[in-house]
Amino acid sequence: MQGLDFSVVPPYAEILWMGVWWTVVLTVTAAVISFVFGVVFALVVLYAPKTIALPVRAFMWLFMGTPLLLQLFLIYYGLGQLGFKIPALVAGIIGLGLHFAVYNADILRAGIVAVDVGQTEGARSLGFGRFQTLRYFIVPQAVRNTIPAMGNNLIVLLKESSLVSIIGIAELVHAAQLAISETFRPFEFYITVAALYYMLNLVLEAGLRRVEQNVEVSR
Amino acid sequence: MDFSLVQRVFPFFVEAAWITIEISALSLALGLIVAFLVAAAKMSRSLPLRIFGSAYVSLFRGTPCLIQLFVLYFGGPQIGINLEPCAAGVIGLGLNIGAYMAEAIRGAILSVDRGQTEAARSIGFSRFQTMRKVVLPQAARLMIRPLGVNAVALVKGSALVSTISVVELTYTAQRYIGSTYKPFEIFGVAAVLYMLIVYVVARIVDLIDRRYAIA
Repeated sequence: MQGLDFSVVPPYAEILWMGVWWTVVLTVTAAVISFVFGVVFALVVLYAPKTIALPVRAFMWLFMGTPLLLQLFLIYYGLGQLGFKIPALVAGIIGLGLHFAVYNADILRAGIVAVDVGQTEGARSLGFGRFQTLRYFIVPQAVRNTIPAMGNNLIVLLKESSLVSIIGIAELVHAAQLAISETFRPFEFYITVAALYYMLNLVLEAGLRRVEQNVEVSR
Repeated sequence: MDFSLVQRVFPFFVEAAWITIEISALSLALGLIVAFLVAAAKMSRSLPLRIFGSAYVSLFRGTPCLIQLFVLYFGGPQIGINLEPCAAGVIGLGLNIGAYMAEAIRGAILSVDRGQTEAARSIGFSRFQTMRKVVLPQAARLMIRPLGVNAVALVKGSALVSTISVVELTYTAQRYIGSTYKPFEIFGVAAVLYMLIVYVVARIVDLIDRRYAIA
């Protein structure tokens, strides 16, 4: 047992900040993918012909029933086996993006169904096509109503992005592991990393609260 | 698809699945104990206890579970805590899920109508009796679903302990993907077992929920 000494951390500040930066980049990119694909999956499940909807539903079911870590291994090694030579960073972003797309799709599907039928009837009777009705009336309302739930997913995404360190992406956890391999001070560095995640989380939560308030006001 | 590989590795995966089940069950038990204590602390009349409860929930929900496991397993020895991987995994997962479950329990207790407490207090029940005989029995019913959701999340979250070298399903899958270069087959085997476990947990939650549902 050695004493704790947090003075070992500051010399690695630069590496840790790079880690924070990459964690933010990862989270934001994966969040965009998870939103776009969330909308696509939700629409496919609800409106596409069975031949397309069924495989997507099976995929969603598979990704909701298995751990993210396992999915990351599948995507990282699986894409390689299929002949796509992609860097770990891309595999990590795809993995996180798809995993949370599935959860967003589940929320959005419920949100779309919950939009009043009168909205569809109104839009259709004004002469909007089926796609236009979805594009301009139904999806925007569904997205707005599900912002709090998808915001929760985003908070989970930020924390779960730590998992991609396992496939070797140089984000925050990985940065800490680098420092630990030189200093043999896991406790100090992991506590520091935890504090950094906590702060990122606070920032994200404050941001989401503002978005939610704006949505409330514009209603 | 290489089915002979699936056949060959399957027994090892079943064994690993049992470890996943054991880890999940033990951390669920620990998590429930922690959750009740933390929920009680958060709703107690003593300010220090309330601060402790809030801080616990906030810290454990505000940082990644992976980091919590790393602090405990890799950082623990520095402060005199030497744990086997399995023990560190169970304690880490239990402390983490406890924070989430505490909120589920608190939510259920708070959604019991205030009138129930007021009525019980006014006919002479003490605070403890009110909680024990009036509020908790009604809240118990409301917390089954949210706790069940947490239990399912815990099964999937238990994959994290593979990173501190507990030989459970995900660890086994990773090892075989590395040695066979057949990620799809191996993922398939592990996925089937995970979904089987998740399905059974969900069914059990359903049964409990139906047993205690208001007719």
